[in-house]
Amino acid sequence: MPAEHDFFLPDPEGLSPSAAGYFGAFGGKFIPEALVAAVDEVAAEYDKAKADPAFAAELNELQAHYTGRPSALTEVPRFAGHAGGARIFLKREDLNHTGSHKINNVLGQALLTKRMGKTRVIAETGAGQHGVATATACALFGLECTIYMGEVDTKRQALNVARMRMLGAEVVSVTSGSRTLKDAINEAFRDWVANVDRTHYLFGTVAGPHPFPALVRDFHRVIGVEARRQLLERTGRLPDAAVACVGGGSNAMGLFHAFLPDTGVRLVGCEPAGHGVATGEHAATLTAGEPGILHGSRSYVLQDDEGQITEPYSISAGLDYPGVGPEHAYLKDSGRAEYRAVTDDAAMQALLLLSRTEGIIPAIESAHALAGALELGRELGPEALLVVNLSGRGDKDMDTAARYFGLYDTDAQVAADSEDTADTAEIERDAT
Amino acid sequence: MSGNIQLLSDTLAAARAEDRAALIAYLPAGFPTVEGGIEAVKAAFDGGADVVEVGLPHSDPVLDGPVIQTADDIALRGGVRIADVLRTVREAHQATGKPVLVMTYWNPVDRYGVARFAAELAQAGGAGCILPDLPVEESEAWRAAAGEHGLATVFVVAPSSRDERLARITAAGSGFVYAASLMGVTGTRASVGEQAADLVRRTKAGTDLPVCVGLGVSNAAQAAEVAGFADGVIVGSAFVKRLLDAAGDEAAGLAAVRALAAELAEGVRKRA
Repeated sequence: MPAEHDFFLPDPEGLSPSAAGYFGAFGGKFIPEALVAAVDEVAAEYDKAKADPAFAAELNELQAHYTGRPSALTEVPRFAGHAGGARIFLKREDLNHTGSHKINNVLGQALLTKRMGKTRVIAETGAGQHGVATATACALFGLECTIYMGEVDTKRQALNVARMRMLGAEVVSVTSGSRTLKDAINEAFRDWVANVDRTHYLFGTVAGPHPFPALVRDFHRVIGVEARRQLLERTGRLPDAAVACVGGGSNAMGLFHAFLPDTGVRLVGCEPAGHGVATGEHAATLTAGEPGILHGSRSYVLQDDEGQITEPYSISAGLDYPGVGPEHAYLKDSGRAEYRAVTDDAAMQALLLLSRTEGIIPAIESAHALAGALELGRELGPEALLVVNLSGRGDKDMDTAARYFGLYDTDAQVAADSEDTADTAEIERDAT
Repeated sequence: MSGNIQLLSDTLAAARAEDRAALIAYLPAGFPTVEGGIEAVKAAFDGGADVVEVGLPHSDPVLDGPVIQTADDIALRGGVRIADVLRTVREAHQATGKPVLVMTYWNPVDRYGVARFAAELAQAGGAGCILPDLPVEESEAWRAAAGEHGLATVFVVAPSSRDERLARITAAGSGFVYAASLMGVTGTRASVGEQAADLVRRTKAGTDLPVCVGLGVSNAAQAAEVAGFADGVIVGSAFVKRLLDAAGDEAAGLAAVRALAAELAEGVRKRA
């Protein structure tokens, strides 16, 4: 049993991927030869770090006094009143320094970067939360930092672009492909191949080539370990379900992992259904994708019949990704976890509801999990106990939300994206 | 029908017998159109290429620079399918009798079906396949299918590859070894990386396979320089750029491809 001040909690033996990086049929290492040495170096350094008490001590110190761990667990009864009477607790990763769970992984990998003697860090970002966390750690450790972000996302998450630049990072707006997270990752890989000698690719989710899925998950395992302990202390029992949003899947894996042996706890991932899975405009990879290879590992991907990756869509930049971490693919196929799709509209209504019932404005990503919890609570009934990972706060999303709900005073400010005005007004009435 | 791995080996051996490097051109299928792409491959052969790699365009070409990304994008927007790629291989090979390989990323092959792709590529007269994001550790299924159908499996080695990995990769590969001249994505460069000669030397220490150098080679002088230490010179982006620059004027594009192939063919015979 880890002590309360232990925040580096790598996976216990037996829940690790195979030596080749496979979780069942998923994972592996599909990378160009030019990156094999660098990826192997990350794996070797991580193995050394796991065995080095000084590494854990340094990360624990940072997590306690820089991130602000442990994060709070907040019961939300007024919100839960809309969920069939279930009790709902939120794991408050939004209260971490930088405003999301992303900092857990970033601090761990930044320490690895230092251990490897590399002086430059690159990263991809969708919503900008991983980019902000990475830029933060680079400022803290004096590392050079370049963040790749799709052009669509630099526009809808402009606040985070400014934050990254404030922190001293270079932000590269990526204009290839769908100009979202997938394309940012492509561009980061291209940079890495060319600059691998002095550069660490600080991968932001539980996808990518081995060892990243396991390594990133290990740094986030603290979420579930804390939530499990906090729930037992507060309620005397385990939850009926642990709920989290899934894009690449890092916050969900962080929450789920500590509950894997608790077979009575349902693990529910909420994917972005966008305008509805049936419309084709979504990013619900586990719901609608099929096995394939993207960004270095085999998992579920959104693709056509000849293996071309299809362009995803979600109102949430952080979930707008046609792949997903391989361990999620494994948990889906094994039946241990279940995945459902939540539309833009359902997520936005949940965002508004949590804001107005509890005074907590969640990120649009996390709002997908909240919408899933409302649905799940109604299914499970009033005796149910749910824990939801509130993976990030919504400050970055205020422009999107204000346009969606028509919260700006002047018409001019909403003119750019106002075709949905009628719909959004209706949703606002429904939710209040 | 068996694939043309032997034709590929014979072609590279013939170049060696002439005391020169082979010229290997890369052109994506479906670019600028399927028909135009077929003609471009023929033009490259006509100008003096010994081998052509036909690119199977992918939505996420992580190892390609802006030139080939643009071409892939045009090809995919034009609706190119794997059947078109295979037709490009077939028609180019039938018209010239020369070895044609496919170069692509692993997911399209995996999705299409490894055995099916290998069988159809062999049937089209293909000589083999280069799959730069399929490392040797993950390549067993492909190598089995390629071996069964008489196709070469060309692996890429990089300046960062350590000697023990080079040994493992070259032991698993066939046809030739693709040595990346530098650490980076495809695209033209002002100079050939200094690491290329060292990589070729280290690679040759452990294999009898021909070692051909690609990435960044775009003109006759660079081709001659590389020909001084390698068995083959691979040129991709420079050809694609000729076609992009001639946008809309197909005849001019083909003439430019033919002229570049001729220039490079002269370069590989000069051996700096």
